Amino acid sequence: MSKIDPEEIVEEIEESGQLGHPDHHVPLVGQAPRRKEDARLVTGQTNWTDNIQIPGLLHAAVLRSPMAHARITSIDVSAAREQPGVIAAFTGADLQHHWAGGLPCAWPVTPDMKQPVHLPLAVDTVRYVGDAVAVVVARDRYAAADALESIDVEYEPLPAVIDLEEALTDATLVHEDQGTNRAFDWPFEAGEVDATFDAAEVVVKRRYFQQRLIPAAMEPRAVVVAPIAAADEYTVYSATQIPHILRVMLALVTGIPEQKLRVVAPDVGGGFGSKLNVYAEEAMALILAKVLGRPIKWTESRSEGFQATIHGRGQIQDVEIAATRDGRVTGLKVQLLADMGAYLQLVTPGVPILGAFMFPGIYKFDAYRFGCTGVFTTMTPTDAYRGAGRPEATFAIERIMDDLATELGMDPIELRRRNWIEHHEFPFDTICGLTYDSGNYEAATDRALELFDYDGLRREQAERRERGDRVQLGLGTSTFTEMCGLAPSRVLGSLSYGAGGWEAASIRMLPTGKVEVVTGSTPHGQGHETAWSQIAADALGVPFEDVEVLHGDTAVAPKGMDTYGSRSLTVGGIAVVKAAEKVIEKARRVAAHLLEADERDLDFAQGTFSVRGSPEASKTIQEVSLAVFAAHDLPDGMEPSIDADSVFDPENFSFPHGTHLCAVEVDTETGFTRIHRYVCVDDVGNVVNPQIVEGQVHGGLAQGIAQALYEEAVYDPEGNLTSGTFVDYLVPGAPDLPAFVTDRTVSPSTTNPLGVKGVGEAGTIASTPAVINAVIDALKPLGVTDMRMPASPERVWRAIQEANASGGSAGQAATGTTTLTAQAGPEASA
Amino acid sequence: MPDIDVRINGIRYQDHVEPRLLLVHYLRDRLGLTGTNVGCDTSNCGACTVLVDGTGAKSCTMLAVQADGTEITTIQGLAGGEGAGAPEDWHPLQKAFNAEHGLQCGYCTPGMIMSSVDLLQRNPDPTEDEIRHGLEGNLCRCTGYQNIVKAVQAAAGELRAAGAPGAVVGGQS
Repeated sequence: MSKIDPEEIVEEIEESGQLGHPDHHVPLVGQAPRRKEDARLVTGQTNWTDNIQIPGLLHAAVLRSPMAHARITSIDVSAAREQPGVIAAFTGADLQHHWAGGLPCAWPVTPDMKQPVHLPLAVDTVRYVGDAVAVVVARDRYAAADALESIDVEYEPLPAVIDLEEALTDATLVHEDQGTNRAFDWPFEAGEVDATFDAAEVVVKRRYFQQRLIPAAMEPRAVVVAPIAAADEYTVYSATQIPHILRVMLALVTGIPEQKLRVVAPDVGGGFGSKLNVYAEEAMALILAKVLGRPIKWTESRSEGFQATIHGRGQIQDVEIAATRDGRVTGLKVQLLADMGAYLQLVTPGVPILGAFMFPGIYKFDAYRFGCTGVFTTMTPTDAYRGAGRPEATFAIERIMDDLATELGMDPIELRRRNWIEHHEFPFDTICGLTYDSGNYEAATDRALELFDYDGLRREQAERRERGDRVQLGLGTSTFTEMCGLAPSRVLGSLSYGAGGWEAASIRMLPTGKVEVVTGSTPHGQGHETAWSQIAADALGVPFEDVEVLHGDTAVAPKGMDTYGSRSLTVGGIAVVKAAEKVIEKARRVAAHLLEADERDLDFAQGTFSVRGSPEASKTIQEVSLAVFAAHDLPDGMEPSIDADSVFDPENFSFPHGTHLCAVEVDTETGFTRIHRYVCVDDVGNVVNPQIVEGQVHGGLAQGIAQALYEEAVYDPEGNLTSGTFVDYLVPGAPDLPAFVTDRTVSPSTTNPLGVKGVGEAGTIASTPAVINAVIDALKPLGVTDMRMPASPERVWRAIQEANASGGSAGQAATGTTTLTAQAGPEASA
Repeated sequence: MPDIDVRINGIRYQDHVEPRLLLVHYLRDRLGLTGTNVGCDTSNCGACTVLVDGTGAKSCTMLAVQADGTEITTIQGLAGGEGAGAPEDWHPLQKAFNAEHGLQCGYCTPGMIMSSVDLLQRNPDPTEDEIRHGLEGNLCRCTGYQNIVKAVQAAAGELRAAGAPGAVVGGQS
């Protein structure tokens, strides 16, 4: 055996040229280096949860209720237990004593919110189609699925509760023990609302509908639990956005001590909020692994996912806006009914409450009243879906601004100009108590109008109208803002959310000068590995390739608040910056010692400490790393580490904004709508990676446009989900979407050192009203004034027919809304 | 149980399979070729697309027994042989998806790339519209498709310049 000489190793590393040298670091923030994630993703070497194989792995399959609402009068799994390859089968009653608590809701928005117990397996009552009633464990997924057929369940049907207003009559209770279907009432009021509306020259009142949506991330949910049952220790692999939150919650649901649980989010194939939850199957798989002492895998089928993974949206919005005749908005009233579904999932009640702060949008006025009633129904629980409350709010305000413009005979963009916050007014305190950090609505709008050729399209529209073309043109606007970077912990506390909004990062300097960045923000497509490498490489002055980003495993990244609400960069990215600052300060002390200089005389640039005035005396931070590893010659009393942790809690949200313009062509004979041109100019502050930002905008647009034109979770009166596959639920394909024209303005955020704002949800929030405003604009001459979503060919066609039948003024009735035209002011509008 | 004899990514396999075993489960669960993903159970999403005798096929819609006697290429064999090799050895479509940011979460990507291989074999110089329609059997929830279209266009150019559109896969075209 040859003798290992540490000094030799140190010399070898030093001579290898790995430790950096001055003047070679080109700034990466603002560039688009190729994504580090892609190597495994484009070659099929990904580690999705369903890919995981463990010796002795068993497969679970879940039997689900075919009824929306029913009592289970008998359930028998004994025949299933006799099927070949079946290891075990359990009913809700069998597992009931294993639950230390129900599935959690972390956001009790009011002290008296109704919070029914939500057990992972239903015991005596099922409350939506898809509610889990039994689970089978077998040697492979086929045997498990087969055995479900042998389970005998008898149900006594109860009435379904589908309609939100009918639900509030409490004729049928979703949860009998709660005595009401009203989960909560959450009010907010600022300014002299009644006086403002009494004095208003014009009031427009509308009812808008937010249909239920299904997030449909391409990777179905999956969970694998590997136990060391004898030690009561478990590793939970889950296709989740929130390994850290999941760990805490699974400890509470199962009673297994938190320190005995390790949660890993391997490669995760999209989430959009649907994997921001604590699901029955995750808790079940954990308990099955505990009971059986064997590793367990459960993978959702897509049809199962449509029923058993949370839905999004689901609101009825009664909105009233008050204004002067010359187009100055004076007040806003919003009353929501929010569909909770059958149970409150992790943040179900908080979604419309987040939205409460965004209804005023980018506009200045002094009176605002908001109320939201959460309603239980016998449908799949709702929760956060991309935007979570903010798309709903933006839709309402941007739709009613267009309706107000129509009422006033004013161009919708001119109306917006008269009311928006001007760029010199930032920071701006809104009627809701938020402080918008920065923005330039004028610049974004001017740029968008130029790219769109707004005037040219208006001319073309006029020509088509004059000619009476079969295919009409409509132009729609959306000038939005949103709150990103969830969230200042004390604000979350004031809103009764159960946790903080900080994020953690650690930087580990390796002996060879390489760098590990550990982040608590768990990505599932956002490109953290690339973007965090850019940030750390710039901060430390090391090569991009030398940085490795670790995430998604509570044993590797023990502290985190995970990924949702466009928070990763604005909170998690800043934690990386702060950790890097700490590393540099520690390294400075070592460098000063090695260079025999005073710390105060050292400059740090390009990854190199140099003595001011004698630049030849220098040490790269990577050289310092090696010196610290060897620890032969450190300052007296210094521990041999320059690693650093940081936990960043933002002082404020950030407020991206943008102007989206959509032109649609509507075939007035078939009702078919095609997007003719889509231009968006987003302002997301400074940008770390423009290619990733653009990708986020594209994907966001696709989902927002999908809400406007294609997607809807449809329930029949019996509570059956009739859009339960990709055949019926129209996630758009490539031919259904246009090529988008995107651009940016840059108003750096003033709330964080990178000046970044967040971009994950912007496209979704902004685009839906732009599209619907355009559809209505196209059909305005035909008398159509409103349009339920999605604006399918059938809906559009029917709206046109109804408008025709009633002499060109009944678009509302045609689309099933009950909109009232405003007549409230003393000078009632014509 | 029937026997099948199939060549996958250049390697020959002989196996007993249940008649009902889906090809995608044969690939994933029996052979451990987990590069091919399952995204739905109704043949809509295309995440499981592979090449069977050079032609794109949704492997969730084929039985393993139907693959008997065929030659199959999955995403894991696209760069030639098992394993992926270094980026410089990737198929032009793999390179282009990376360069043009044609993926985010990457779950649809194996199917999207394999469908694109099929598309470019049939149409080496597609218009944007032809690409969009050519990929209508593959759903992506992340990208809005714009950068996927760009990636396919870029790869098509690359393949045409190399003078061998489609001829790189499994000896078929």
